[in-house]
Amino acid sequence: MFTELNSILNSTPDSFTQGEFILVSDRRSDASFLIHHFLSLYLRARCRVWFLGLVQSFNHYSAVSQRLGVSLAQAKEKGQLVFLEGLKESLSVLIPQETNTGSQAMDFLRDPAVGLKSLYEFVRSSVSSSSGRDEGADGAEEWGPPVLLVDDLSVLLSLGVSVGAVLDFSHYCRATVCSQLQGNVVMLARCDGEEEEDDEDDEGSERLLKGLTHQCSLTLHVQGLPTGYCRDIHGQVEVCWRRRQGDGQHAQKKVFQYKVHDKGASFFARGTSSAVL
Amino acid sequence: MAAPMSSAGKPSAERSPFNTTSFQKKTRSRLISIPGTRPSVQNGQLLVSTGVTSLDYLLGGGLAVGTVLLIEEDRYDSYSRMILKYFLAEGVVCRHELFVAAAHDNPDDILQELPAPILDDVAIHKPVEQPRLSCEPQDSLDAMKIAWRYQNLPKVQSALASSSRFGHYYDVSKTMEPEIRQAAKCHRFYLPEHPTQSSPTHSTMLQSYSALLKSLQEVIHREGFEVAAPMSKSRNILRIGLHSLGSVLWGDDLCCHDNPSNSHALTTFLYGLRALLRSSLSVAVVTVPSHLIQDRALMGSITRLCDNAIALESFKGSERETNPLYKDYHGLLYVRQVPHLNCLASKLPDHKDLAFKLKRKQFTIERLHLPPDLSETVSRVSRGELAGAATVTSACGSGTSGNKHLDF
Repeated sequence: MFTELNSILNSTPDSFTQGEFILVSDRRSDASFLIHHFLSLYLRARCRVWFLGLVQSFNHYSAVSQRLGVSLAQAKEKGQLVFLEGLKESLSVLIPQETNTGSQAMDFLRDPAVGLKSLYEFVRSSVSSSSGRDEGADGAEEWGPPVLLVDDLSVLLSLGVSVGAVLDFSHYCRATVCSQLQGNVVMLARCDGEEEEDDEDDEGSERLLKGLTHQCSLTLHVQGLPTGYCRDIHGQVEVCWRRRQGDGQHAQKKVFQYKVHDKGASFFARGTSSAVL
Repeated sequence: MAAPMSSAGKPSAERSPFNTTSFQKKTRSRLISIPGTRPSVQNGQLLVSTGVTSLDYLLGGGLAVGTVLLIEEDRYDSYSRMILKYFLAEGVVCRHELFVAAAHDNPDDILQELPAPILDDVAIHKPVEQPRLSCEPQDSLDAMKIAWRYQNLPKVQSALASSSRFGHYYDVSKTMEPEIRQAAKCHRFYLPEHPTQSSPTHSTMLQSYSALLKSLQEVIHREGFEVAAPMSKSRNILRIGLHSLGSVLWGDDLCCHDNPSNSHALTTFLYGLRALLRSSLSVAVVTVPSHLIQDRALMGSITRLCDNAIALESFKGSERETNPLYKDYHGLLYVRQVPHLNCLASKLPDHKDLAFKLKRKQFTIERLHLPPDLSETVSRVSRGELAGAATVTSACGSGTSGNKHLDF
């Protein structure tokens, strides 16, 4: 949990907006440090977290969260965290064995044209089963609203799933988690090309990014510095609130520069980095 | 990173034994030391050497166990193949096991071309000031009269048995001797030897890649490289070298067409490779002919699915070969990606413009810098001195700059 980012987003473990769909995106950069922030924030806020870790192993997130002060293994034991380790589950699908055990969540690898229905079913069944159990439990721990974290969506495009299927998946997750259960959803989408280019090279991830930006209520877009590579300032973050209030939709944008350390990240206004001043 | 080991009858160790710093708790599982590896100073990950010490430095100390290094080939696949051979030769010297897969050349041919290691500076424990020990007679070595302080030190070993150094140097002009090479265990995968099976294994992944993935998993499981394998065996590292993936010989049309029919075959394979590596004690080096792939977005997704990525651009055959700026080097090297596994921040190299040169005993990677151009001032000064006059040069005289014999 990065304290400066908390003050920028006006969210603390005790009070944060519910029902939000947060999109974390990057262009030629790496925004995964923001995923670690949200993971530790929601675990500290005593929410139940469903994490679809599709690109890295559980140990990676566990090691980073240890530095941020949260123990993922403990959260998993208590039942606060449900972790889908995509890499491990995918091996049984990619290399077919005689005995096929494991969850059906990564079945889309067998035939990506079918879509992400099996992945959504995994999310829906585990989210709704736990919320049903909470109402009838006595003496069990009181958890906060459910949170779904996805890291990341662009790897699904690399594995052959179509853009429409990924957008459907995100829409269904938003409907289930944000609208029905008043929880939050955080998704990471990565992009490679420049924004001004108009060729069809990166059509898939550009379309995915545009579609997701339309659906979400808060975006954090990470980019490199427009002036080039710098060792002390790792890039800039553009935060955009897209709240749909009663007085019409207003989008408020703020730009910050950031630097990632060993135990966190610091955010500052443009040009006020300690390396420069 | 690799999953933690689970041995029956022991409380579950949440932290993998490789996530260690120099401080070790006594109650945790014992630290396994595998020859040829060392823990990283940044996050305690286990690192192996790529065989090229300057490349180790660029990647943050070495290649982390469980990761993939992607090398974008240069135009004629000469230097990327050289780095692959350095990687495999380092595995032989460190007594790791090798797995070589190729579709074009027979893996045996690649293994026969490995460079010979330079063994003179291997495993020297003695201090610097020690010339007298060699002139002691052989029969009285146990009772040294002059150099008696050094009596208890171990003898110099030039054999490979105790190679505890991290990176080694190789002599490119000689090939590795067969007895050294045969001491290491090699697994081979030569694509023409694996006929296409009748049963379709996967819809998006090609048959060649499926067969390779299956063969890799079999080797990892059979030889006990999985992290969850029983701890009784001594552990070793498996070095995987995959040559020219994505080329036409693997059955992939990424390099031929602008819109390939199965554009997700290689990326799905790399996803499966990452899944295999994260759960085993192995390292992989993959070379891809990226100069033939027109789709930059596809190259971007291939790069993101590998952990480390570098690109080589050689000057051979291009107009840069005769450019005097590049005369000291053989090509340019770009670091596309450096991973940050188990930590938040990655250690990117400070300088982005790097050039490499293949010398006989070393593959050097240096920062490319342009020295100041002193040629004009130097020749003007020398002409003025030789002519003995400070007259302004005439129009016809300036054409013969630098050639004092024709100076009128």
